[in-house]
Amino acid sequence: MKLYDYILSPSCYKIRLMASLLGVPLTLRPVDFHPGEEHLTPEFLALNPAGTLPILADGGLLLTETSAMLVHLATSAGPDWLARHDPQAAASEQQWLSFAHRLTASLGGARLCDMFQRPGDLASLQRQGIMALRELEVRLFEQRLRQQAFLASDRPTIADIACFPHVVLAPDGGISLDPYPSIRLWQRSIRGLPGFIEMPGIYRRHELSEEPDPDAANETAEQV
Amino acid sequence: MIGPMMDAWYPVALESRLGTNGRSTRLMDTPLHVARLNGGAIEIRTEDGRALPVRLRYGHVWTSLGAPTTDLFDIPEADQPGRRLVEVGVVRVRCSPLRAVENFLDIAHFPFVHTDILGAEPHTEVEKYEVEIREKEDEVWATQVKFYQPQAAKSASTGITTDYMYRVPAPTCSVLYKTCPARPGEWDVITLFVQPLAEDLCDVWPWMALFDDESPMTDLIHFQQMIFLQDRSILENQIPRLLPLDPGMEIPTRADLTSVAYRRWLKRHNYTYGAQLVAQ
Repeated sequence: MKLYDYILSPSCYKIRLMASLLGVPLTLRPVDFHPGEEHLTPEFLALNPAGTLPILADGGLLLTETSAMLVHLATSAGPDWLARHDPQAAASEQQWLSFAHRLTASLGGARLCDMFQRPGDLASLQRQGIMALRELEVRLFEQRLRQQAFLASDRPTIADIACFPHVVLAPDGGISLDPYPSIRLWQRSIRGLPGFIEMPGIYRRHELSEEPDPDAANETAEQV
Repeated sequence: MIGPMMDAWYPVALESRLGTNGRSTRLMDTPLHVARLNGGAIEIRTEDGRALPVRLRYGHVWTSLGAPTTDLFDIPEADQPGRRLVEVGVVRVRCSPLRAVENFLDIAHFPFVHTDILGAEPHTEVEKYEVEIREKEDEVWATQVKFYQPQAAKSASTGITTDYMYRVPAPTCSVLYKTCPARPGEWDVITLFVQPLAEDLCDVWPWMALFDDESPMTDLIHFQQMIFLQDRSILENQIPRLLPLDPGMEIPTRADLTSVAYRRWLKRHNYTYGAQLVAQ
């Protein structure tokens, strides 16, 4: 599979991350999105008239929508990532897969505006992004009450991968994640998955990877 | 207060990306417009119509708000045949322009921020190196810097000990020379040109002049963007936002010698736009 990729794009990272979690090798074709705007050249507009990245080519299949790419990757290499086991979970998965577009438009738009000075109304994008984050926080809080750590189910699905990158990178667009404890726990669950890969701004789960030193804990206790 | 930094040169646009719409931007709180005229010439004016000096060098459009006493600093390697000139593009960072430069001068953070690329644990030691303020050139220089790197450049496939030299020729610009994996004996040139928008906000324009005939240009751009974006999240979370010039504020270690010299040089010239003078 060939991915037309930009290393700093959260949407491209969704596909790199999903492929890595599934162990699917990708051939990357880097695209000079910034500053070159190569994705708007005639060659690229012929591939994808929408002028967006990523683009995934697999044999005769050419996909330009990240949801379709996630479905394609999971169907071919990891059906466990699709919530097919019960109708409610399947519907939730679709719900949050579509919801991810709102995150791309709002949080992703704010990030492009703030970081690369692409045109846009930053304040309005930030407002919409915060609305979307609050909705996500409520969902993840309610899921935890149901003993489910992920958006659609008790295990991660493509919907989680669809929402994850733009949420983690919200601070790049000037939006703090401090008010959202459920989102932080959910992020950690994803950052600890086997096969997880990084992108600038999204890191491995360092903070929970090592046991605290028991002696240090005792010392603290004695001081208290 | 802008002070003597008024007379320094700053990048305000990428020449190749400056279209007929020009670029409206700011320099140290002063709004200005970089215009591409019909004949292709470039003109820069402040909002109140004052024409500013223009220099086209190192892929960028440069200007100054004051009366520069020297011309834009020279990077002789930029004219050396065979180098690929890489325009990395602008990245906005919510930090002091001086902090952006200081972070660029620091190597101790490599294993922790640029993990498995510019550094890796347990190779965290910064060996002794030389730092001086060169009086004649009036520049800060750090030389004989060495660091173990898993992937020092796009053209490096295995870990190597990389040699570095750092140079600060202007208050918000730094030039880094490092081991060139593709051509031993030469130095790759990596620069950080910082446009101060406000005391705590800047546009950063990385630019490179490399010997690398293998890597596609897009890969070179992406490698440097990836590195700089790793720095960006650190820079935006530094406290205090302004660069402290009061020695009581922080305790430097030997690895911070370049930073100490940079701060001393800033202080000596009263280059304090983006600096915190008194500990708070």
